[in-house]
Amino acid sequence: MSMSRLRPRRLSILLAALLLWGGLPTASAQPQRAVRADTLYTMTGDPIEEGVVLIENDTIAAVGPAPEVDVPASAEVHEASVATPGLIDPRGTVGLSGIYNVPADQDQLDTSEPMQPALRALDAYNPREQLVSFVQQLGFTTVHTGHAPGALISGQTATFSTAGTTVEASLRDSITTVAFTLGPDAQARFESPGTRAKGVAMLRQALLDAQAAMDGGESEGDLGQAVLQDVLRGEVPALITAHRAHDIQTALRLQEEFGFDLILDGAAEAYLMTEEIAEANVPVILHPTMARPSGTTQNAAFTTAGVLHDAGVPVAIQTGWEPYVPKTRIALYEAAIAMAHGLPREAALASITREAAEILGLESVGTLAPGQRADLALFDGDPFEYTTHVCTVLSGGEVVSDECK
Amino acid sequence: MLFSPDCRAVFGSLASARGTSYVLYAQRNLSFSNRPLFRMRTVLLLLSLAGLCLCAPAQAQDRPHVFRNATLYPIHDEPIEQGVLVVEDGTIQAVGPVGSVDVPANAVEHDAAGKEIMPGLVDTHSHIGEVGGGDGSAAMHPDARTIDAINVRHPSLHRARAGGITTVQLISGSGLLMSGQTTYLKLREGGTVSELSACEEKPVGDCGGMKMANGTNPQRASGAFPGTRARAAAMAREQFVAAQEYRRKKKQADDPSEAPDRNLRMEGLIDVLEGRRTVHFHTHRHDDILTAIRLSEEFGFDLVLHHVSEGWKVADEIAEADVPASIIVLDSPGGKHEADELVYRTGRVLEEAGVDVAYHTDDPITDSRLFLRSPAIGVRAGMPRDAALESVTLAGARMLGMEDEVGSLEEGKDADFIVLSGDPLSVYTKIEQTWVEGTPVFDRSDPEDREFATGGYRVYDGAAQHVHE
Repeated sequence: MSMSRLRPRRLSILLAALLLWGGLPTASAQPQRAVRADTLYTMTGDPIEEGVVLIENDTIAAVGPAPEVDVPASAEVHEASVATPGLIDPRGTVGLSGIYNVPADQDQLDTSEPMQPALRALDAYNPREQLVSFVQQLGFTTVHTGHAPGALISGQTATFSTAGTTVEASLRDSITTVAFTLGPDAQARFESPGTRAKGVAMLRQALLDAQAAMDGGESEGDLGQAVLQDVLRGEVPALITAHRAHDIQTALRLQEEFGFDLILDGAAEAYLMTEEIAEANVPVILHPTMARPSGTTQNAAFTTAGVLHDAGVPVAIQTGWEPYVPKTRIALYEAAIAMAHGLPREAALASITREAAEILGLESVGTLAPGQRADLALFDGDPFEYTTHVCTVLSGGEVVSDECK
Repeated sequence: MLFSPDCRAVFGSLASARGTSYVLYAQRNLSFSNRPLFRMRTVLLLLSLAGLCLCAPAQAQDRPHVFRNATLYPIHDEPIEQGVLVVEDGTIQAVGPVGSVDVPANAVEHDAAGKEIMPGLVDTHSHIGEVGGGDGSAAMHPDARTIDAINVRHPSLHRARAGGITTVQLISGSGLLMSGQTTYLKLREGGTVSELSACEEKPVGDCGGMKMANGTNPQRASGAFPGTRARAAAMAREQFVAAQEYRRKKKQADDPSEAPDRNLRMEGLIDVLEGRRTVHFHTHRHDDILTAIRLSEEFGFDLVLHHVSEGWKVADEIAEADVPASIIVLDSPGGKHEADELVYRTGRVLEEAGVDVAYHTDDPITDSRLFLRSPAIGVRAGMPRDAALESVTLAGARMLGMEDEVGSLEEGKDADFIVLSGDPLSVYTKIEQTWVEGTPVFDRSDPEDREFATGGYRVYDGAAQHVHE
């Protein structure tokens, strides 16, 4: 009741504000905010000592060393020891896999059929999920989330801003990838496939059917086939979860057969396949560094991100999906452990900023440069150190968190 | 004490679990170890010990070791920059600043300049070694002994050694109200559970506590299990009352023939009632924490709270009851309703209230190799540094009743310590060596040991997982 009474008044305030802006065009061009950091990681080059980022509305207006950037007196200035682009979770299930872990808040995997490319992440994402704000407070402004591993084709993934309370307001990219799974993880919940070979046969047939329908010009009506056709046309990448070395080989083989854009996901044994992955020019969104060594991740190593990076493979580090605890991992912490085990510092930061954006085809986030979305994470020390806090988070030029966490 | 002062004692100390002779223990290793480098090391030690025995029977012992120039964290006392640590016969002989400590002339020298040395870590709650307790036939298993389930050759024990853990409580799951008798181990190398026993004076089967749980984990919809919190508490009380009755009858029987027959379940509970076993109580929600305390007060048993996710809400009540808290910190809250308010600051809040706080791994819930992350996250949330370091050493030792033997670098205590490349609470720091009772059990410079720290192909083959689902 009170909400509806308030609404017209709010609307009129908004209108007045708009009119004011319209009347004073110079005011809107004035940068309203600046970030000044002892060390500024723009991710477009070397870090800038005493760097400044100038923000106008939701966009970055200027970036540079303090003496070279004029900060208007009216701008609100945020000081930090270290500032980075707003962090990106390169692949998780946050927003679909809720904090309580009960059927009512677990929307990351439907097990009625083993292949469901039609399932859209945006129809399941809950922007008010507590874990979304939890990761936001730790510096994450963008999450690539959606259907989990666990089915041959579990569904689509999408990319969201962690700000915004509706799906529409949060949505950055409605279909970022289609999520595939190879190996035993695709078998556990289904009567069939019951073996690796059967699973791959089923996948190939589905792709061939989509190809035939596309060649025959018939795709309307079958939502799933239309999505697979997007994959076959190279418009949407296939995100294939494959941990064991032979499953990684299968992913590369499928990519070769069908020519789609492949992103390897998980890839626990990628260190056994480094040359092949590099040669195929395939990026990897690696399992959480601290993934438990069990099942298909039994042979996971803390050193894999570093090994892949050394071989020239683009690497992002994911949070993945957790059936129990922690209900979401924190990609920053996972990147920190990778950094401590051989991934160079800049590459570790890139794995949750620039490189993640590039792998996912997200253009306006992941770096600090003029024209980019004003997403920033401000730290009171080394971002990777256990005891450092994320103290301010900016999303689209707005402060969305300002308590040291 | 691992080493005995003379040859006869070396060969004669087999009967004592903690005094297991290194020589015979090495022979066991030769027969069973699948780790060639350890084998090589033990062969060399065996030979050198044999040589010492032949040459100087009265002085047969390992040479003392001295670590110089490291930053030492004694834990019970202020850190020492440029410290000296002397260990001999499996125990700490001396700790102090450079120049203040007598070093035996024959000591093996270790220049630890730039390194930091702290006591071996004490993990009060771990599921390594494929440990298990009772089954689904009942909610309470006071008779189930984890010693009958532990696989000490499991690679997860090496994971713990790589993480600097030297003392550990192996504990059965939380899916049962009382899942069994826990076991306290020292992570010395060895092929049997007895060889790893943390108790010198009693059999390994008596070296532990009792696991209990409340909240949602032990609740089930049917059968012998509680479906509600009140039913869970009632079932626990019933069993303790029955044990009191059994004990009364046993004591009152004038003639042994009139005494009740031996009942393993009752015997396990009487161990608890008479203080021989501390109850290690899995509990998350604030009201469940108070229920555990209420039970301990009603029946007078020793209690350590475990996990304590909502302990920050009832810190004063926990302090008032004088009950220690072995806590877990997770990267994010949730996974179940009762952990949705798990926060990084619990350690700080409890410590400020005056509660004795330890962190635990709950391995594999958090990884033993990264145990030091937990106190570091505690510091991130405002816990003082010294309390954080104590929480993974001396505080844990107190919760296992082992504070006189482990948990601090003090003369006469077990020579359990770790050599770190830097600040124990930094992500950049590596655990370079783990020593148990004067013997290295993990050395990162050894490629085979290093694998257990980093993981890799078939390193953790057969590493079964403990799942709470």
